[in-house]
Amino acid sequence: MRKHNMVFQIVLTCIFIVFCFMINFPFWLLISASLSDANVLAQQGYQIWPKPVDFSSYIYIFKNPGQILNAYGVTFTFSVVSMILSVLLTAMIAYPLSRKHLRGRNIINFYLYFTMLFSGGLVPTYLVVAKYLHLDDTIWVYILPGAVSAWNVFMMRTFFSGIPGEIIESAKVDGASEYKIFATMIIPLSKPVIATIGLMIFLSKWNDWNTALIYITEPKLYSLQYLLQSIMEDINMLKQNPDAAAMMQEMNVPSETIRMAMAVVVAGPALVVFPFFQKYFVKGLTVGSVKG
Amino acid sequence: MKAKKKSALQLKITNKKRKISLSDWQLYSLCAIPVIMIFIFNYIPMFGVVIAFKNYKFNLGILESPWVGLKNFEFFFKSDVFFQLVRNTVLNNALFIVTGMFFAILVAILLFELKSRRSTKMFQTLMITPHFMSWVVAAYMVYAILNPTYGYLNQLLGDFGIEHIDWYSKPNAWPVILTIVSIWKHVGMDCVYYYASLMSIDTSLFEAAEIDGANRFQRIIHIVLPTLIPLITILGIMKIGNIFAADFGLFYTVTQDGANGNLYETTNVISTYVFRTFKDGSLGNSYGLTTAVGLLQSVVGIILVCTTNWAAKRVDKELGLF
Repeated sequence: MRKHNMVFQIVLTCIFIVFCFMINFPFWLLISASLSDANVLAQQGYQIWPKPVDFSSYIYIFKNPGQILNAYGVTFTFSVVSMILSVLLTAMIAYPLSRKHLRGRNIINFYLYFTMLFSGGLVPTYLVVAKYLHLDDTIWVYILPGAVSAWNVFMMRTFFSGIPGEIIESAKVDGASEYKIFATMIIPLSKPVIATIGLMIFLSKWNDWNTALIYITEPKLYSLQYLLQSIMEDINMLKQNPDAAAMMQEMNVPSETIRMAMAVVVAGPALVVFPFFQKYFVKGLTVGSVKG
Repeated sequence: MKAKKKSALQLKITNKKRKISLSDWQLYSLCAIPVIMIFIFNYIPMFGVVIAFKNYKFNLGILESPWVGLKNFEFFFKSDVFFQLVRNTVLNNALFIVTGMFFAILVAILLFELKSRRSTKMFQTLMITPHFMSWVVAAYMVYAILNPTYGYLNQLLGDFGIEHIDWYSKPNAWPVILTIVSIWKHVGMDCVYYYASLMSIDTSLFEAAEIDGANRFQRIIHIVLPTLIPLITILGIMKIGNIFAADFGLFYTVTQDGANGNLYETTNVISTYVFRTFKDGSLGNSYGLTTAVGLLQSVVGIILVCTTNWAAKRVDKELGLF
């Protein structure tokens, strides 16, 4: 019985090792391609082991960092600002909703819930954001639309509801205002949920590419992911042209290996940093799945 | 006794008529800014859906553009793409939902069977990595594998003597490719839901089952799966409710914009069609048309969520989302 169990555990572990290897294989292929010599790649295609290992793509990127560095700056700025602003706004609405005695609480709940059911869609949102508020081609377009999401509010509200009411009542007896309770008690007591929601917002902003696709035309405001996307789109456009090869040379389109190196430079830092916060992302899922 | 009851009743009444206190006003003022922002960015666009019934003109704006009734909807229903879009959206998503849930449950159960907590943690971390990547980076990876001349898959096939296949011009391969990509991206995170639910099973159940001589397979069938059914129902409802909202990133960048049209036959879905028509603008009233399509998608989505939820509740009162 026991021996049989050992064998089962070993087999299961092996299955998982193979499965995890398969899941991470595409990323390895990307790194390998970025470390290949462009000519060798053109002859032999993508290899698991680059022969010879060649850093020229990375040297090229670090010698001409202009655009990618700029995109890093833009993306980092709006990701951090979004994270702080969204968490603050979410907490500001989640706290009143967690107070059971507040009148009109259910109306506000429904007001939020309805945004999860129904949305205006692409065009009306575009018209409001770009044509009426004139947020297109500004960094605010990455930050303001969708800054308050109903899902995050409900998640934070669930956490706030778990804070014992006696603490709040006793602070009120001592003459503290709701603002003071919110700022000096609720926020410090809610670090786990704030970290969870903050990181989830940061991740989604860091990987945001379609906002720029719709609203940004100014290359200086390209987000990191959209920069990568736009290179791919440019090349696809050129491919439709009969003189593609000549035009690509003329327009100084980055070679296959350089593009792969750019993808690594874009994805790499996030992939190194985010797994350290995995705990919070996992928690976010399980907390969010609580009903009501 | 009676007096006490009466005073309690009175308290209730006074409570109801109670004036809004200062602290309530403070709470309202706290949520004012978020409420206004939701109004601006969520509710005003909802009113904007009137464009669906108008011939939108840039110079006239939303309110002044002329009404056209249901013409936009009519145009869409009669166009060649209507059938293609609905078929692609529903079939692709149905494929993702079924296979995605199957693999997420399978992985969660296998993780649960793994006794070493350290290796469970390690495997979870390794499986979640795709979740941290954007669709654009994923598209580069897919390209590295499927590239017709340099791609890894073609080399692998070459070793077996199969000639190079230009995947980006083979529409029939893409439902399978996209399903694999979708599972790859989501399985690590999706299995977390099920795994968390499995961790809450009372271990004495397993001990009892062991004493009764149940083998591993019987344990899974009779203890593990029944525990998961409420969760499977809830997640299933949410996914079916979203069946018309295809993941734009997956269908747009991973296919390289349908490889410039070569793959539309199987990969053109409602969200990509809406975006392209909106960007392109060559159709006369593209704003009105795309808003109409988006509105249809939203309404059908709500109906689907409510119906599946109602059906789940019919089966078991405990199930269901709301």
